Amino acid sequence: MLTLENVSKLYGEAGSGTLAVKDLSFEIGENEVVTIVGPSGCGKTTVLKLMAGLLAPSSGNITIDGRPVVRPPEQIALVFQDYVNSLYPWMTVGDNVAFPLKRKVRDRVERRERVMSAVESVGLAGFLDRYPWQLSGGMQQRVAIARGLAYQPKILLMDEPFGALDAQTRADLEDLVLKVRDEFGVTVVFVTHDIDESVYLADRVLVMGPRPTFIEADLAVDLPSPRDQIETKELPEFGRVRSDIYRRIRRSSELMRTENLRTVKA
Amino acid sequence: MRLNRAAYLAAEIVTPLAVVLIVLWFTNAQPSFFLPPLQDVVAAFIGNWLFALVPEHLVPSLARLFTGYIAAIVIGVGAGVLIGKVPEIRRQATPVVEFLRAIPPPALLPFTLIAFGTGDAAKVILIALVCVWPILLNTVDGITGVESTLRETGESYRIGRWDTLLHVDLRAASPQIFAGMRASLPLAIIIMVISEMVGATNGIGFFIVQAQRTFAIPDMWSGIILLGILGYLLNLVFTLVERGALAWYHGSRADVR
Repeated sequence: MLTLENVSKLYGEAGSGTLAVKDLSFEIGENEVVTIVGPSGCGKTTVLKLMAGLLAPSSGNITIDGRPVVRPPEQIALVFQDYVNSLYPWMTVGDNVAFPLKRKVRDRVERRERVMSAVESVGLAGFLDRYPWQLSGGMQQRVAIARGLAYQPKILLMDEPFGALDAQTRADLEDLVLKVRDEFGVTVVFVTHDIDESVYLADRVLVMGPRPTFIEADLAVDLPSPRDQIETKELPEFGRVRSDIYRRIRRSSELMRTENLRTVKA
Repeated sequence: MRLNRAAYLAAEIVTPLAVVLIVLWFTNAQPSFFLPPLQDVVAAFIGNWLFALVPEHLVPSLARLFTGYIAAIVIGVGAGVLIGKVPEIRRQATPVVEFLRAIPPPALLPFTLIAFGTGDAAKVILIALVCVWPILLNTVDGITGVESTLRETGESYRIGRWDTLLHVDLRAASPQIFAGMRASLPLAIIIMVISEMVGATNGIGFFIVQAQRTFAIPDMWSGIILLGILGYLLNLVFTLVERGALAWYHGSRADVR
């Protein structure tokens, strides 16, 4: 459905710029949860912005349903890490969720239905008339997810959405992501630096290499559904995949660290 | 030492009362030609402004004030949005704006007298010319200061240009815009008065100057006090409007998480 082929991204001029992404290729199919992990600073956010059409690749192709991605495609909805600056503080929860629908869904009744269904599925049914800043961090991120769901995208793209939240809230929201995936049948692409989270959620894990980044490994996660925070994490397969990923990332981090030292000394 | 609400309220009433009483005593104890006894001024005030001279002087003054102020808002916000959103325009406009806004308002008075005469239009133009700058500059700041995440959110959801302008950019910039409007309000009053003191046939400023020239000192003071009350009331109305429009802003900053 979403395909990246030999994508590279260069910031700045050729010769003096930064190559953030080099020869990156992968595919995202229907109805799967794909998580993307990589060492800090490797370029995960750049890859995400390329997928979302917010950045144009320097070379290579990005296509969705066969058509090239030139600007943000209709089939993708984004959930940002910084929910405080992503939700509009002058709009209520209901208005926030409805706002992106103004163009897509002209009929007010249908819009309201979509908003209600999305807000209910994230567990915020009674909060339509509250303002985002009246809610806790976890609830605000739920609003952002509801907004993405109401948009009815094919792909929900999430950029380290739970990075700013506490562990308990994070666990609840991880389960929420799996639940809405089942309910709405949407593909989820989830960028994270939390390795446990990446394995817990995923059908596939894309491990990114050190900068300039590429796909180092495309690991299938053979864990039973539905997932459970306790039982799934007790399975030996969980530990195996987790350790595999952790080793790769540790190695990549080390490579990036020595590379940074090298360029600093030079 | 924390004062409770009752104490604050008491202070708010007692302090002005005390000031009035002191002035009353002072102007009676040491009567001078230029500081007549307070009761004479009050009598003049009641005689003039409740409500004999209201149509002749107050109404034209207020009409000029509001017309000029609103013109400044429309032009300031309009141009501010244009400059804020289009980088090329911003680059060209910045030095010009910086130069024009630095000119002291009274210096523009001879220009408007010659260019536009002494009618209402001239006064309105002068008020607008002076008041537009704080509003324009604050609008530019507000528009350019919209958080990049907010902008990317709009892009990723393909929010249309008109919706973005009305429901995102202007709303996000509104705290700044209101700050600019608040700064312009006293300027508007001042320019209104000054423009009526030089080349006018009615208005509060004209009234004050004429009272001074004919040595009707209590009347002169009544005009000055009227201006003070006017400024106070306008500020009050402005604060109420701002509080309504920016309720979300004050709420979101009430407790920083």
